[in-house]
Amino acid sequence: MLHYDLVIVGGGPAGLAAAAAAKKSGLESIIILERDHELGGILNQCIHNGFGLHTFKEELTGPEYAGRFIDEVTALQIEYKLNTMVMDITADKKVTAMNRNDGLFEIQAKAIILAMGCRERPRGALNIPGYRPAGIYSAGTAQRLVNIEGFMPGREVVILGSGDIGLIMARRMTLEGAKVKVVAELMPFSGGLKRNIVQCLDDFGIPLKLSHTVVDIEGKERVEGITLAEVDQTGRPIPGTEEHYTCDTLLLSCGLIPENELSRGIGVDMEPVTNGPVVNESLETSVPGVFACGNVLHVHDLVDFVSEEAAAAGKNAARYIRECGQTSDMGSAVKLCTEGIVRYTVPKTIHIERMEDELTVRFRVGAVQKNCYVSAYFDEERVIKKRRPVVAPGEMEEVKLKKEMLLKYPDLKKITFRVEEA
Amino acid sequence: MYDIMIIGGGAAGCAAARELSRYKADICVVEKEEDVCAGTSKANSAIVHAGYDAEPGSLMAKLNVKGNEMMEAMSKELDFDFKRIGSMVVCVHEEDIGKLEELLERGKKNGVKDMRILNAEEAHALEPNLTEQVVAALYAPTAGIVCPFGMTIAYAENAAVNGVEFKLNTKVEKIEKIEGGYALTTDQGVFETKVVINAAGVYADYFHNMVSGEKIHITPRRGDYCLLDKTAGGHVSHTIFPLPDRFGKGVLVTPTIHGNLLVGPTAIDIEDKEATATTREGLDFLISKAGEAVSDIPMRQVITSFAGLRAHEDHHEFIIGEVKDAKGFVDVAGIESPGLSSAPAIGVMVSQIVSKMLDLSENPDFIPVRRGILNPNKLSFEDRKALIEARPEYGNIICRCEMITEGEIIDAIHRPVGARSLDGVKRRTRAGMGRCQAGFCSPRTMEILARELHVRMADITKSGGHSKLIVGQIKDQL
Amino acid sequence: MEKRELTCIGCPLGCAITVTMESGEIVGITGHTCKRGEEYARKEVTNPTRIVTSIVKVEGGKIPMVSVKTKSDIPKNKIFDVVRGLKNVTVKAPVHIGDVIVSDIADTGVAVVATKNVDIL
Repeated sequence: MLHYDLVIVGGGPAGLAAAAAAKKSGLESIIILERDHELGGILNQCIHNGFGLHTFKEELTGPEYAGRFIDEVTALQIEYKLNTMVMDITADKKVTAMNRNDGLFEIQAKAIILAMGCRERPRGALNIPGYRPAGIYSAGTAQRLVNIEGFMPGREVVILGSGDIGLIMARRMTLEGAKVKVVAELMPFSGGLKRNIVQCLDDFGIPLKLSHTVVDIEGKERVEGITLAEVDQTGRPIPGTEEHYTCDTLLLSCGLIPENELSRGIGVDMEPVTNGPVVNESLETSVPGVFACGNVLHVHDLVDFVSEEAAAAGKNAARYIRECGQTSDMGSAVKLCTEGIVRYTVPKTIHIERMEDELTVRFRVGAVQKNCYVSAYFDEERVIKKRRPVVAPGEMEEVKLKKEMLLKYPDLKKITFRVEEA
Repeated sequence: MYDIMIIGGGAAGCAAARELSRYKADICVVEKEEDVCAGTSKANSAIVHAGYDAEPGSLMAKLNVKGNEMMEAMSKELDFDFKRIGSMVVCVHEEDIGKLEELLERGKKNGVKDMRILNAEEAHALEPNLTEQVVAALYAPTAGIVCPFGMTIAYAENAAVNGVEFKLNTKVEKIEKIEGGYALTTDQGVFETKVVINAAGVYADYFHNMVSGEKIHITPRRGDYCLLDKTAGGHVSHTIFPLPDRFGKGVLVTPTIHGNLLVGPTAIDIEDKEATATTREGLDFLISKAGEAVSDIPMRQVITSFAGLRAHEDHHEFIIGEVKDAKGFVDVAGIESPGLSSAPAIGVMVSQIVSKMLDLSENPDFIPVRRGILNPNKLSFEDRKALIEARPEYGNIICRCEMITEGEIIDAIHRPVGARSLDGVKRRTRAGMGRCQAGFCSPRTMEILARELHVRMADITKSGGHSKLIVGQIKDQL
Repeated sequence: MEKRELTCIGCPLGCAITVTMESGEIVGITGHTCKRGEEYARKEVTNPTRIVTSIVKVEGGKIPMVSVKTKSDIPKNKIFDVVRGLKNVTVKAPVHIGDVIVSDIADTGVAVVATKNVDIL
């Protein structure tokens, strides 16, 4: 049995930032367990630029952004194991992992940071009827084939889902010589960034069909065509609106799901809206000493915020170890609640004594609303009111809470987040 | 000239091949797809029925009950996954309770053991997620669940080890009577054989009618299914059927042998023997129908949907035996549900018929036991550790959802009748069958296939034929 | 008079901006709701530029391909020329982030640089 103070599961942007922050907080005994053959996670296949504007004040590509953190982790001499799969984690923080060289091994940790990231929603989850031929890829799988291996998964492409990965792949496939015929989006709005719609679709004349979905897939061996149809407000296809496209490839970019099988194994409480663990102000799950950050906690759209969140988790885990877990049981906490189109918050509770001077609360909304206020009610009193020209499901919102502000409300029970018309 | 050619590498064909490999004979299985278990046998309910459905006295009834009885011993001998979890036919209308009693009587006549009728309370105690509407249930503890790929491939591998030849990617186009047997014209050449076993699933009528004046007719009856994530696998612990209707056993809800939840099938009669496409109507029907017997099925956790074709013969009966006006031509036709359940018994029956026809002598070297692909997840910590020390490829996880290692995939490729495609690997190891549906592992499995089979990545297919996964290199057409 | 319709990329609002041109000169910009929108529209109609990212083959490296980008913006109408210019480019490992892969791509005067480290196999 190996012993480390802190085991970080996942060496992507979240795991790397968490590790660096923990080390800088004075923690010496840290190990990152990464299942791929290199650090950096999914950023390695995100070769487009646009990362790091918040963190580094410059536009980097995914591998460059990852490279900065890999350099830092290397400089800080933080240990890591590659090609290593974590098989199981127990509530008393025994980690079972495996790789070719070390075989099956166990690590006893004092604290654990979950940073496993997320996976793509598969076709089956979308209930798209039709055949099941070759040529149907999740956008991320196609991204890996193209960007890491240099293969073309197809020549004539239809993309379902206008999330950022779908948009980015529309441009990538086009630039590498494929014909992207259309991007269809089930919702009446795109979940992707405006910039990506302009620079990945408009630049190449690729049409975006909102409120459309795939209603049939043809081709028994390889995709030969797909049929799109317009959908009504409930998402049901409208008969008579079918349009046929000849293609050999269908890419799916229909959402990401946090990868929490290990978290469930530990027995941490889960938030059904995010599919991630419930966490407190320290990003600590319901199991003391087990922290979560990045896309395993809730799916982010900007990696900068993943790094920021993960750094907080790293710092908090270091404090937990320093204080030997004493602070975990802190009595009553302020509950964070949501109303209206606000779907969830991370964190869900705040122990005021333990929070930093400033705490970022992140959340997503369920619908587009223009010209509005993002408000926080301390019990019944509106204390924070932030004017926003627009909020949308595709863009994560944040509200910063100051400790001094919360301390002014000694009997505070809950903080409610709302989006209100301006 | 072969002694025996078997058309069709499905459950029935492979079981027959294995049972016949007990004898000294030149046997060849011809299969049009790139793998065995690629038709009806791969897309069904994966249920081992107790045997109360079929008409007493029918071949279906007899072989179902016998197949069910054989299944446990077979699963041990050939090392495939099978579990007797019991089934319940639930009744949601008081006035239909009589139909449960009819089924019970039929089951008793068919020789099904230990069945009983449960009242609402007993049924809900056994299966808490049954809907409030359930007033009674017929409980059949002998019913079970099986891995249909596991079973069919186990039969094929064991047959191959015992000398049976498998010609895959070989489509039979014409069958002609010749002196002392038949000539099979295929897209890979002409082969001669003394005996033909027609186990061609939905195509069995096509081949039968080539040699016989007494025509048969098989309708492909499509069944759509939804497979749910393992997180939903415990929603029920028995196979839950509604009362059967004229199209069959209705939409069932069952745990699968690997811990998922399966909902299906529909029953839609079609013409096209290849039309395994699901339809929106079919999937919608499942979603609405499944809720009648079982409440709160988490349909949001569907990870894939698929459709299979049952080989429905007009009289809904197995046709097994030498065709009257075609000596040496043995039908194994109309093998629809309970075909999978009956497969072990079908294998034995066909073997008895054909061995007698050809007066075959026993094969003294017959190896009855087959070991499946080693599943490291079933090993103890220490044993697994030792395995990885000896074979590091068992320390390399390829499929993250199902925790499948490179070692298992390599094993699947190099076995007799080994995997040649992504789907072949999937059916043998479950790599790619999990909740991400091969998103992560496809490129990695493709690399392993290319390396082990000494072919280019561009030659790797999803399921043979034109199902290529890669069409070229980046910038190759700029 | 020529009208150009644009979607602003400055923020999620995505204002629909109309730029009115007369013999190559901007005579009016409407639809934007902030200063950044106007600046974006002005640049998009007069001198649209983009960073192009792609990948090229690596010889003798631990991985088969390395990701690359144009070191600065290139004119938008040269995007495909840039990609075509990378078609037959192969680099030898090791490669470091920032290494110049092509010094002047497609006569833009802009270099293509590596965006990933690749060690020798």
